[in-house]
Amino acid sequence: MTVNLSEFDQSCLDGQEGPAATSAMRVIVRLAEAMKATELLDVTSAHIDSCLYHGPAVLDFAKWLEDQGAKVTIPTTLNVSSLDLIHPDLYRGDEDWGVQARLLMDCYERMGCKPTWTCAPYQLEERPKFGEQVAWAESNAIVFANSVLGARTHRYGDFIDICAAICGRAPAAGLHLDENRKGDILFRVDGLNDSLLDRDVFYPVLGHLVGKNSGNGIPVIQGLPDGVSEDRLKALGAAAASSGSVGMFHAVGSTPEALTTEEAFSGSDPTDVIDVTPEKIIAARDELSTASDSRIGAVSLGTPHYSVQEIKKLFELFDSESVNPEVNFYVSTGRDVLAEASLRGFVKPLEDAGVIFVTDTCTYITPIMEAVTLPVMTDSAKWAYYAPGNLGVEVIFGAVEDCVASGISGDLSVDSKIWVNG
Amino acid sequence: MIFLVRGKANGEVLKLDEPLSFWGGVDPETGEIIDLRHPQGGMSAKGKVLMMPFGRGSSSGSSVIAEGIRSGSGPAGIIMMEADEIIALGSIVADEIYGKAMPVIVVEKSEYETYSTGDQVVISEDGITLS
Repeated sequence: MTVNLSEFDQSCLDGQEGPAATSAMRVIVRLAEAMKATELLDVTSAHIDSCLYHGPAVLDFAKWLEDQGAKVTIPTTLNVSSLDLIHPDLYRGDEDWGVQARLLMDCYERMGCKPTWTCAPYQLEERPKFGEQVAWAESNAIVFANSVLGARTHRYGDFIDICAAICGRAPAAGLHLDENRKGDILFRVDGLNDSLLDRDVFYPVLGHLVGKNSGNGIPVIQGLPDGVSEDRLKALGAAAASSGSVGMFHAVGSTPEALTTEEAFSGSDPTDVIDVTPEKIIAARDELSTASDSRIGAVSLGTPHYSVQEIKKLFELFDSESVNPEVNFYVSTGRDVLAEASLRGFVKPLEDAGVIFVTDTCTYITPIMEAVTLPVMTDSAKWAYYAPGNLGVEVIFGAVEDCVASGISGDLSVDSKIWVNG
Repeated sequence: MIFLVRGKANGEVLKLDEPLSFWGGVDPETGEIIDLRHPQGGMSAKGKVLMMPFGRGSSSGSSVIAEGIRSGSGPAGIIMMEADEIIALGSIVADEIYGKAMPVIVVEKSEYETYSTGDQVVISEDGITLS
């Protein structure tokens, strides 16, 4: 299949927009062919995941573009990288790896990307509007942009993000198009008590279950309260994009393309209907933990990056208590959110209580955490999913309330009553 | 059969029971499958023709694929039943910057089911053949 190129696309390929645009457009067109796109479309912003260091190939690629004079032509934000530039002493990894990571970060800044260093660009002041076509990478940001903002991005990987930012173009395919955004599978939440549906911890567990059972289709979740908060939808989407291939979901009554179940399916019938029962939720919750110790060695919150509201809640939960000296308590967030939370007075008291804020990166992608033999507790299904493989730690998943209580005492403290039906 | 990325490979099939996220799922330096929740966790993807129904997980998978092609510790080829852009991108970029592509192929279910773990296959411009 050939892609019908616009005059501009062709001029990029022909070298009239400079060598970097030629290279970037070649990658875009090759991907467009693989996606069976018939044309490209304009994108108005990009979010770059390629700035996380994984070894020489990612730096070779960035330098290859920069050496050809690459500059982004649309507003472009940067995802987390391997270093915390605000708290550089937190990095405990290999020195040379850190040097290479910094070269990569600098390279993307020089190409004109904004040094936002966050996996939650939707928490920044400027974010895409409903219906806007964008090129975002980072699986949780993709699912949030599509589902919660109603912006449109395909499930992009690294490399294409910066290519799209250089040319302002992306393949007109996948989740960019109406016909690929309708629901496939219906998840019916039923028989769960209302108080559980009003707990933050329910949403990542639901997301984990939905991701595992959605294949590569678009899930539609029915039976949640109307107007579920952005933080809860964030946790749900991040979990579903970790346990599965979800690039978009509909939560009926909460997400903008799902005012009703019928709208979410665009009048089609679901290919499958799955009842979300209390038993399935408990099983999904239990899958997120790899251990059940009586003590914990660390707590890691903020995957995806905590919002101002989540930091505020943490501040309230600590209520003048302090982290146990034998526990390391980490919270990952974006530098912009940290600045805002500082202004609002939440950060200093938490730091005084022993909380370690991590910015620009995340505790499960780079060596930040002190080695622990005891399990690490988290409120994030995404962290619980990836950390055992990445860091070799045991993990216990729990509500943020449980994480704080356990962090204060050092003993695992779980309020299991919230999961009981009735 | 559709080539998402053209290339040649020769290797033993490793058929995964579930989709695998390359980032957080495969060690880019050794090719080992480090996702301990994955049924094939602990096995090596290095030099294998990896089969999985479709892709999953992190956007950084593209980088892990490209790094595996650069270092030679990644899979030799990938065969799926559905297109996956994250996987395709890693190979497209390795081809652009190193001139080394790993074939990424989408096949029909009937063809997918003809191959099993341990089969020796050759991927050429013409497609997949058992050797």
